[in-house]
Formats: sequence, structure tokens, C-alpha cells
Amino acid sequence: MSTAILFAIVALVVVRSAGWDEVKQAFFSRQEFEEAFPDILSAFWTNVKIFLVAEVFILVFALAIAVLRGLPGPVFFPLRALAVVYVDLFRGVPTILVIYILGFGIPALQLPGVPIEPLFWGVVSLVLVYSAYVAEVYRAGIDSVHPSQSAAARSLGLTHGQTLRFVVIPQAVRRVIPPLLNDFIGLQKDTALVGLLGVVEAFRQSQIEVAASFNYTPYIVTAILFIALTIPLARFTDWLIARDKRRQQAGRLA
Amino acid sequence: MRAAFFGLALTILALGLAATATGGPSTPAAIPGCAKANLNLLEEGQLSLGTDNPAFDPWWSGGSKSKDWEINDPSTGKGYESAVAYGIAKRLGFTKAQVTWTAVPFLRSFAPGKKPFDFYLGQVSNYPERRKAVTFSASYYNVNQAVAGLKSNSISKVRSLAGLKKYRLGASVGTTSYNYIVKYVKPDQSPRVYDTVNDVVTALKNKQIDGMVTDFPSMGYITNVQVPGSTVVGRLPTQGPQEVFGIVFQKGNPLARCVNKAINAMRADGTLKKLEVRWLGQKGAPILK
Repeated sequence: MSTAILFAIVALVVVRSAGWDEVKQAFFSRQEFEEAFPDILSAFWTNVKIFLVAEVFILVFALAIAVLRGLPGPVFFPLRALAVVYVDLFRGVPTILVIYILGFGIPALQLPGVPIEPLFWGVVSLVLVYSAYVAEVYRAGIDSVHPSQSAAARSLGLTHGQTLRFVVIPQAVRRVIPPLLNDFIGLQKDTALVGLLGVVEAFRQSQIEVAASFNYTPYIVTAILFIALTIPLARFTDWLIARDKRRQQAGRLA
Repeated sequence: MRAAFFGLALTILALGLAATATGGPSTPAAIPGCAKANLNLLEEGQLSLGTDNPAFDPWWSGGSKSKDWEINDPSTGKGYESAVAYGIAKRLGFTKAQVTWTAVPFLRSFAPGKKPFDFYLGQVSNYPERRKAVTFSASYYNVNQAVAGLKSNSISKVRSLAGLKKYRLGASVGTTSYNYIVKYVKPDQSPRVYDTVNDVVTALKNKQIDGMVTDFPSMGYITNVQVPGSTVVGRLPTQGPQEVFGIVFQKGNPLARCVNKAINAMRADGTLKKLEVRWLGQKGAPILK
């Protein structure tokens, strides 16, 4: 109830503001909406494709980094250090800069055999950046599995690799599914940054439409498309969490 | 005697008035109905103008005097748009010192809300859909688009519009250049679209695109300075209505009426033509058929 009242007050303040008529025309024009929607929708498939391809690589690559970071013993120090440096670097640099630097910088080297496709470097940048985040999520999951689990596995004669593969990682991944999906929602939105390299995706298409008419409604179209993609994923995450809880409690009761 | 004296006084007075009206040989006549005090300005007695940063040749010239401007300082009065801006300012009665400049990216020049400038020049094309959001001045330049490519790429041999079809083209977002590619070149591969002309230039250097499209006068700086080994493939023929550059105002700003009078006066007395020859005059590239 209080929420409804708050929204009503905010809505009233916005609608009665001096600039509302101009904003309404600039952002919520029905005609512009209908004109822009088909073009932006078709450009949006580029975002979906970028997202799907990048996600597969991120899942694999990030797990490899998390495992490297958890390798025991002084022999593996260089690999551990490498993983730490990697995560620090790509988590620290803004995604937009990674995309600019790789997308314009590497093709400028004119190396024979190295692709110059903007889409390629856009996806590579997203994989590098998001793998750093996701590797940390995996690591948190791996650390959350009680040490007694791996101790028990090792005492049964499993190697470190086997312990990870059959005991630790299966439990770890289940635990981190909600935060993983959280990162993937972030990834979906960041696909718009690939447009910087010249690829016409949904946001770039909406900029084209905006500049053609000096009307901002196409941005609203793009926002709605992104929401339409992320909300189902968010609900799916909620459902997974609920199911997991149910199963754990069922186990306890049995 | 007395009458004669009176007559002399009248003559002197009349001469004085005439001198005031013409304001000396170098100052053009003030525009009727556009007295400086009555203009609708952000700050009284001052003309606040905007353009994009960096400001590129040949629209802006004379180099940069301050850290705020990357390539050219708009306040030099050099370069076509700078010269036009100061020409207008002079006709409205402003001295050079009474003109101030703010850097405003093109995409913000038409954002809703109060604008941080009295008017904005930045090679903005005036077309009907845009007039719903801002007010444009009369044309201060009629523009052609052109294509540039690397000499090592076969695009440099193209002599027809149809010949461009098979190449990967690029332009910056929200420009007539992009619209031209989509509407009239209709290339086989979808064009690449970048944030700024600078990014298009980088993509051309990197061979990520075969050809770039932008307005013809800008091509001189791009092909001579920015991209070594590149050339203007050709000018693109005007299709549909003539593309014109207009000065951008807050929608409905009455100042536009007076600026239009200034532009029209500059067109009528040949000033615009002179500035065009001085700043934009360059050897013609072939027009693609």
C-alpha cells in the first residue's frame, strides 16, 4: 500500500513537472515507438547471439581459472600467480576500455592471420572481462565446500584432480548458480558495448533512430527489449534457488 | 544668416546620423528588429556558442590555444564554421570577446531540456524529422557526401555508385552519411557504425572497413593528415532534397530569426561564398555516377 502511494506521488511529481510535455514527446512517442521497434528488434538478435556465444566460453574459461587459482603446492605458484594477475587486471579495467583497446588496437597491429572482425574482438573482450568475475564466483563456490569433503575424497585414494572433478566442483557449481546468473544478466546488458566497434546491435540501432528524428523513444524500445530478456532469467534464478532450498530441506527431513 | 546656420547644423547632423547608421566602412549595418539588448540570450550581452570537441578542419582551424580544445580552438575565427559564427556575431553587434564557446558532443546537442548554448554549429544536417525537436537556422552550407578508401584497396578504383555495393562501408552514428549508405548505396554487407568520425577513421586505417563516408569538405583533412595512403574515391551525387547544414537552437528560440537575417545578409553580400572558397575550396574529386 505504502509502495503504491509512493509511486503515485512520484508519478504525479513527474507528470506535473514543467518539462513533462517535452519529455513525454521526446521519450514516449507512440509513433516513434512503432517505427523504431522492428529495426531495433532485428538488431537485438545480434546482442542475443553475442551473449550466447560469450556465455559458453566464459563458463569454461572461468572454471579453468578458478581451478588454477586453487592448485596446491609451491610448484604451481606461477600458475596461481598468473590467475591472480588475470583476475585483478580484467576485473579492474572498465569493460568499455577493454573493448576499445582490443577492438581497435589489435587490428591496428596488422598481424597476418589475426582476425580484424569487430564482432570477434567484442566477444573476446566480454569473455575476458566476465571470465574474471565468474572465476571469482566459482572460487567462492569451491571454497564453500567443506574441507572434510576433499579430505574424505583424498583418503579414498582420489587424486587432487579427481577430487575436484567428482566431489568439489559438482557441489560448488550448484551453490553458485544464482550469482552466476546474476553475472550473466550483467553480460546481457554489456553486449551493447560491442556496438562501439561498429557492429550495429540494439543500442547502436536505437542511436541511429534517435539521431534521425532527434527523438529518444527508440532508447525506451531498447530498454524494454533488454528487460524482456533479463526478467525471465531473473525469475528462473529465483525458481532455482527455491528448488534448491526445497531439496535441502527435504533431505534434512528424510 | 540664422537660417543658413540652421541649415548647416542640420546638414552636419544628417551627416553624423548617416555615419552612425553605416557604422564606419568595416562594420555592417545592424539588423533591424534585432537590437543586441532585445536578443534572447543565456547570458545578457554575451553570445554562448557550442560545438563538438575535437573541432576538425576545415570547419575549424588555427590550432588549439588552450587545453580544453583538442585540435582547433573554435574562438580563433579561422575555419569555415568559426568564421561563419563570428560573422553572425558581428552582424548581431557582438565583439569577438563577447562570444564564448562550450564543448558539446553532437549527440547532446539535441537532448531535451535547457541547452547550454545560444546556438550550436557542428555540421548538423537540417531535415524535417529533426525539426520536431530543435529549431534550425537557414542553411549556411550546402553539402555533398563523399567516400574515402585506402589506395591499396580496390575501392579506390570505383567510379560509380553501384560499384560501391560490394564493399564494407563505415560512417559515424546518426549522420546523413550513414543514411546515404543505407538508402542510396544499399551495400551487400551491413555498414559499420561508430560513435565518432575518429573511430571511423581508425577502422579505415585498420582495414576493418573498405571505405568511409562523411561530408566532402571533411575529407581533405582525413585523407591528407589522418590516414596515410588514403584517397577520396569520389563525391556522392545528391539524392533527394539537397542536404544543408543548419545552426541548432533550442526549439522555438526567437534568436533564430535574427541569426537567419544575419545568414541571409552574409549570403546576399557574398560573404558566405568568400568564406567557402577560403576555407572549403579544394580540388574537386569526381562525382560518382
